[in-house]
Amino acid sequence: MTDVTRMTAVQIAALISSGEASAVEVATAHLDRIAAVDDRVHAFLHVDREGALAAARKVDEQRGRGEATGPLAGVPVAVKDVIATKGVPTTAASKILEGWKPPYDATVVERLRAAGTVMLGKTNMDEFAMGSSTEYSAYGPTNNPWDLGRIPGGSGGGSAASVAAYEAPLAIGTDTGGSIRQPGAVTGTVGAKPTYGGTSRYGLIAFSSSLDTPGPCTRTVEDAALLHSVIAGHDVRDSTSIPQPVPDVVAAARLGATGDLTGVKLGIVKEFAGEGAEPGVIAAFRESVETLVKLGAEVVEVSCPHFEFALPAYYLIAPSEASSNLARFDGVRYGLRVGDDGNRSLEEVMSLTREAGFGPEVKRRIILGTYALSSGYYDAYYGQAQKVRTLITRDFTSAFEKVDVLISPTTPFVAFPFGSRTSDPYQMYLADLFTIPTNLYGGPAISVPCGLSEGLPVGFQVMAPTMADDRMYRVAAALESAVGTLTPPEL
Amino acid sequence: MAAISREEVAHLARLSRLAVTEQELDQFAGQLDVILQSVARIGDVAAEDIPPTSHSVPLTNVYRDDVVQPSLTQEAALSGAPDSAEGRFRVPRILDEEE
Repeated sequence: MTDVTRMTAVQIAALISSGEASAVEVATAHLDRIAAVDDRVHAFLHVDREGALAAARKVDEQRGRGEATGPLAGVPVAVKDVIATKGVPTTAASKILEGWKPPYDATVVERLRAAGTVMLGKTNMDEFAMGSSTEYSAYGPTNNPWDLGRIPGGSGGGSAASVAAYEAPLAIGTDTGGSIRQPGAVTGTVGAKPTYGGTSRYGLIAFSSSLDTPGPCTRTVEDAALLHSVIAGHDVRDSTSIPQPVPDVVAAARLGATGDLTGVKLGIVKEFAGEGAEPGVIAAFRESVETLVKLGAEVVEVSCPHFEFALPAYYLIAPSEASSNLARFDGVRYGLRVGDDGNRSLEEVMSLTREAGFGPEVKRRIILGTYALSSGYYDAYYGQAQKVRTLITRDFTSAFEKVDVLISPTTPFVAFPFGSRTSDPYQMYLADLFTIPTNLYGGPAISVPCGLSEGLPVGFQVMAPTMADDRMYRVAAALESAVGTLTPPEL
Repeated sequence: MAAISREEVAHLARLSRLAVTEQELDQFAGQLDVILQSVARIGDVAAEDIPPTSHSVPLTNVYRDDVVQPSLTQEAALSGAPDSAEGRFRVPRILDEEE
């Protein structure tokens, strides 16, 4: 039998369904792969070997009884550590939650379990999902399987790296400003941000509530669509969850894989052309556009004049929401407590706990958010950022009157070496330049590998109107059918 | 001119319940200054008549019938707490001596 860790989720599911392999065998192969390579990759913060094998046994038993199982039954999945998993440590890669075991599952995890997927463990990330390189994990960085001296992207670097390193065929990430797509781009994997509200945020440790969106990270577009279809859909426990049917993203991915894009209009954002992307990234993007044209697509240049203000607006909105959301980590109800010696007041204990428990990027953003929301600055910063959000949304709406999807590179540069951007936060923030507008608008977007630059993966981004997630899957699958998937060097 | 002073950062840290070190104050003041100067240009973009967008989906209050449903047990809710007593979260003292 071929090494199952190299197979796609679709292939693994077929293998289990036909009885050629058991779910336990598949889980064991992936757990063994993690044991063999994760000391170098460090994609996982916690591996739940017992839980995974128990879930796999359950699938095998169901199959043995002839009970119907879903399209991903028995397929292993890795889950970003910002998502609550009942009884399994969940830390958001922060010292302040070290060892915390949630008493409940997030909705996406409930749905993964109900679908019979096998959760392997929790993946590394930038602390509280704040970062673009996974260098801000309190438990050490994740290394990019393409070059262990380079970043795997952030904040979902662990999820993307686990998929790229063949430790898991599927992973779940969360995308607040590009944290699924940007790691996908720099690790040569597929990363999709569903429509905001299309996937439930219940059970996510909140970073920026108006932006956070859970979504899939995989090695193929079809796998991403399958995982998307499992986790998406209305959830009464999330008041921002959209009560509409999920578009048939799986059918769209399969249609795209036929390689026919006749009649599809792709919009290239004029304002992105002037941004400082690396020449190799621009070359790979242009080549991909030519490929899509050969598949029948029409390319139209569109103007989105306010996209250039998306980055500044995001870096006011997200920290503002974070400063509020992270107030709950105060040493009272869960996690770390420091300085409770009977002499210090609650306020002192809170301050000492938060000082000891949060890392530098989290503190920086809490302070920035507190500033942006404070009296006298609110109108100039936070209020103005919310108006810019309106203008960016209008740009998207106007563009989608002319084209079906917008396209761009996913990131301006390929994976950079560790430490090269940590001294200047704003330089780090530029990593999310192309991904952030979509988060402010709320629409779906996907990153699909489109080639190499300097031997490292380049991502191609497809952005679609809200609740038209199927459109992006079609275009991404078409590009994948022409370009193929990328294979990293052996570890 | 600097957008944010070291003293302002110290004040914001107090508001945020963060006991930052002297070294962090210097570091954050410099970094926040760079960030704020980079984001300040949004002030020129939107006219007064542009309405703000707080969420990309329309928000409405969601109500449900007031009926008892299964939820976390008291034990489960307290399971991650640093300290508890008599089925409640135990917190450090709230009032200073003089209060």
